[in-house]
Amino acid sequence: MNAPGKAVSSEKQASVTLPWTEMAEGGLVPRGGTAASVKTGAWRTGKMPVIDLSRCIHCLRCWIWCPDSAVILDGEKVTGFDYDHCKGCGICEQVCPPKVHAIQMVPEGVEG
Amino acid sequence: MGGVNGHVVTQRRRMTMTGAEATAEAMRQIHPDVVAAYPITPQTDIVMRFARYVSDGVVQTEFVPVESEHSALSAVVGASAAGARAMTATSGPGFALMHEILYVASGYRLPIVMPVANRALSGPINIHGDHSDTMGSRDAGWIQIFSENAQEAYDNLIQAVRIAEDPSVRLPVQVTQDGFIITHGMEIVEVLTDAEVQQFVGTYEPERYLLDVERPMTVGALALQNSYFEVKRQLAEAMVNARRVIADVGEAFGRLSGRYYGLTEPYRMNDAELAVVVLGSTAGTAKVVVDELRNRGVKAGLVKIRVFRPFPAQNLRDLLRGTRAVGVLDRSDSVSGGLGGPVFAETKAALYGLPDPPVMTGYVYGLGGRDTTPEMIESVYEDLAELARRARDNYAEVVADAALAGHYLGVREPGQNGSPHRHGAAKLGER
Repeated sequence: MNAPGKAVSSEKQASVTLPWTEMAEGGLVPRGGTAASVKTGAWRTGKMPVIDLSRCIHCLRCWIWCPDSAVILDGEKVTGFDYDHCKGCGICEQVCPPKVHAIQMVPEGVEG
Repeated sequence: MGGVNGHVVTQRRRMTMTGAEATAEAMRQIHPDVVAAYPITPQTDIVMRFARYVSDGVVQTEFVPVESEHSALSAVVGASAAGARAMTATSGPGFALMHEILYVASGYRLPIVMPVANRALSGPINIHGDHSDTMGSRDAGWIQIFSENAQEAYDNLIQAVRIAEDPSVRLPVQVTQDGFIITHGMEIVEVLTDAEVQQFVGTYEPERYLLDVERPMTVGALALQNSYFEVKRQLAEAMVNARRVIADVGEAFGRLSGRYYGLTEPYRMNDAELAVVVLGSTAGTAKVVVDELRNRGVKAGLVKIRVFRPFPAQNLRDLLRGTRAVGVLDRSDSVSGGLGGPVFAETKAALYGLPDPPVMTGYVYGLGGRDTTPEMIESVYEDLAELARRARDNYAEVVADAALAGHYLGVREPGQNGSPHRHGAAKLGER
């Protein structure tokens, strides 16, 4: 049985053109890591985080707390945010140490 | 002694048991990986006994005492998706509380097996046996197997495991028994050996499961306008496949035990002119009536529906072809304003287009565990004889009249005090 190539949760996946006889049984997605292909950040709260890397101390609290794995690291250094998956919840801004204050939530579309 | 005292059963034995005991015994022999359950009368007697097997170390099942039936089935869904052979059991209002998760279990194609001790739904509150709980989920994508007695409750549960897990089916299964009438009624049951049951159900080896770290997967992804419908179409196909698998498993079980099972059980139907269609324990009562009527020369017969889902439409067409009048008994009411209960509606649908069809009428009976006597069943056959006689002269009118009659069998009508043995002559809306 051919399985859908990608998560079936996006409206724009080629896999959901398959006939019912070829789709994975019970709507299961028969592979891991498919959430990366679904751009959950297509809509947000209206705010987005921006980071001032000159202030960042790379304590990685934002990376630990982010519920959408939307903090991008290079090794152990924060390099920015994955806006394809960030929902704009603002937790990263809250957990960034007050004395550091590297992260700010700004209205959608405004670059930091 | 058998598993009742926590010992293994190494040779077949005939024992006096209630349906609940026989069911707990079957569960012990199936030895599921996970059971999550919440107590509700009359199911309690099943799970209480099984929980004792767990606490005594007789089985190594992971038992999860949850806080509700919604949670019971949710836990079992999780366990089944993870790759475990998982079971739960319930009754009436608890079954109703599972309703949402019933669709999750079938939609994800999880081969969960669930004994159901049939119980009436509130209100008014009632603990006794009718089929309103099970019938509430007849469109939920579960296989539904009804048992006539304790032996069948035991046999059906063992077969259900193999039916559920068949790769062409992979559907959850309900095995019902009428609350108290079967669950708490003492009967003689032949118990197979532990080894025979283990060999019959085999080892559960799911093709895909969540704990398979080599092949990760997602269960329960969102499926919207472009994919949900295809998943439901797969479900419909699995239910069609189940017909063949249930018949095959019934045959295999017959070879093992000497007790063969099909989707339906015809009783003295060969030349029958008057037939009753019924599910559950009342089939036993009705067989006695058929025998008495046959002794008097009446060509009476009976069709017991053992499997209500998938619905045995072709079996009913074949068995009821050539009869002159059919009475369908429903232990639940659709409250449809006179169209009768679900078994009646679906039996009528199954016979649609049959050449020279019988006159059909329906009876709702036994709600809330109301006793159903041989006299009541006999009154149905009397009605059928009368219908067949009248239909000779005026078929069109009689058939339409009978199909919409909506009888209530064994309810106290005006002028009937005490215990009624006949249904009232009055039809719905005629007073």
